[in-house]
Amino acid sequence: MKSRILKLVPVLALSLLFGGCATLTGEQAEEGAEDGAPVAEAGQGEGAQTAGAVEGGAWTGSPLDNPDSPLYSKVIYFDYDASEIRADYLDTVVAHGEYLAANPSATITVEGHCDERGSREYNIGLGERRANSVKRLLLAQGAAESQIITISYGEERPEALGSSDAAWAQNRRAVLLY
Amino acid sequence: MKKIWLLFAFLFLQVQNASALTIEITEGAEGALPVAVVPFGWSGPGKPLSQDVARIIADDLTRSGRFKTMPVADMLARPQSGDEVEFRDWKVLGMENLVVGQVRPNGPGGYMVRFQLFDVFKGEQLSGYNIPTTERDLRATAHQIADIIYEKLTGQRGAFATRIAYVTSIHKTGGESQVALKVADADGYSPQTIVTSKEPLMSPAWSPDGRRLAYVSFEKGQPSIYVQEVFTGRRQKVSSYKGINGAPAWSPDGRKLALTLSKDGGPDIYVLNLNRKTLTRLTTHYGIDTEPAWSPDGRYIIFTSDRGGKPQIYRVPSMGGKVKRMTYEGSYNARASYSPDGESITLVTRQGRDFRIGVLDLESGGLQVLSEGRLDESPSFAPNGGMVIYATKINGKGELAAVSVDGRVRQRLALQEGDVREPVWSPYTRKNRRNP
Repeated sequence: MKSRILKLVPVLALSLLFGGCATLTGEQAEEGAEDGAPVAEAGQGEGAQTAGAVEGGAWTGSPLDNPDSPLYSKVIYFDYDASEIRADYLDTVVAHGEYLAANPSATITVEGHCDERGSREYNIGLGERRANSVKRLLLAQGAAESQIITISYGEERPEALGSSDAAWAQNRRAVLLY
Repeated sequence: MKKIWLLFAFLFLQVQNASALTIEITEGAEGALPVAVVPFGWSGPGKPLSQDVARIIADDLTRSGRFKTMPVADMLARPQSGDEVEFRDWKVLGMENLVVGQVRPNGPGGYMVRFQLFDVFKGEQLSGYNIPTTERDLRATAHQIADIIYEKLTGQRGAFATRIAYVTSIHKTGGESQVALKVADADGYSPQTIVTSKEPLMSPAWSPDGRRLAYVSFEKGQPSIYVQEVFTGRRQKVSSYKGINGAPAWSPDGRKLALTLSKDGGPDIYVLNLNRKTLTRLTTHYGIDTEPAWSPDGRYIIFTSDRGGKPQIYRVPSMGGKVKRMTYEGSYNARASYSPDGESITLVTRQGRDFRIGVLDLESGGLQVLSEGRLDESPSFAPNGGMVIYATKINGKGELAAVSVDGRVRQRLALQEGDVREPVWSPYTRKNRRNP
């Protein structure tokens, strides 16, 4: 399965390249720029769509590895000192819950993480609360308790180093590991 | 606020991890007792001593906040024993107390350290001892002398010859970390590693006899609590329930550990009897209850809880009973522990956007903020209650700092490579003799 994905990568990359080149030639590109349309983005989007696995029907790997599947995304970010799943991550968690329900042999570890602010053991508690709120939503989609392990790392395993708002936002997360 | 910076940066070549010790005096030095510690004489043959004993003593006294030590360059004379002292010289310089001493060889690999403490105005010796020691224990002997001087002059027991435990983390390329639990002298020198792991290590806690450390390790994937003998390295896993196993805290009699478990729902406080292996649940709230700490008399356990919406400090009888809220000021108070006399607690308190170290007087309810950082955490009292050690961030790097309980003298322990955090001050041990 893994080698399949690897073989697909150069194909995708090439198509992106050609897609981009095609739109960037001649007057077409300039017109696009005058219209205010972001040229490179349009080209890229088109390239990825046409050559991508969905429309081509070529994706034969796990949907967990398909960049076009909602299952591809496995990190859920949280607000400060909060453990409610934000609206923008509901689809992701619901998709994983449905996947687990449909694949009873699949198991998952949900890691809860925090930013560095506040005391470390309190953050262990907060990280567990984040992992549990993801778990609850997975169970609500029909996943089984036995499929899910939770662990809180608190602030001990930051994704981003540094003490900026941006780094903190990256570190307040739950990570799904199959 | 007037700031006087004293920077003592010097290399002890024979000490592993050459270190810079920075003492920052944040308020005026009024009220601090002036004392001169004259460089000790060395009467042995060959190379000079590896340690500047007088300097170690002077640094200890300075960072306590109780003393103002005289710079060596200002000294008009350098007597090495009482009969060489002209008290008039020191009176003129405003010194109330004077320490002189000398070191001589004492058998193979041994030394004899002699010191005398004088009251300059009375012209009297207040204390004086001959202390046999070795190359390896020279720093410890200097701390012991500082303790004797501190007790003689303040009437309170010194805590310089004690130790600290803390966690270090070095981020390696490729996302891997090397985490270590270390033990060092209270001034940060002579660090020794007692646990290393690629997974998180957390929450070290000294047993009341100073011979064991409890801590949390993620080495098996899920967190477990271990108790390790500091001197032998032998250890035992004491808690590895499903979910959180965290925040171990020893009872004053050393027989029990309070800890945080989430096996029955949200994180709650439990007491584990180490001999009988029995577990008692103290809190049952669905919110986060964690970071237990015992009162010195063993009757109460204080802990952090967000049962009121935001983290605050609460208290519960250690045998079980009604929970009482302890902190009301501010939106975030956590990680509290009692002073040795039980009259105050030190905690992490949010001030605006910043997390600072505070001391809350339990009788008056007054909160004094002792630190000035953005992300200060993990405060721990010295066993004499005179100082608090805590973790801070300086230029993005975790470092340790210590502050006198009056907030007047702050010291950085800039010692280690990587992030340094979670310092805990050891209790007195049997080695801390009150008098030699």
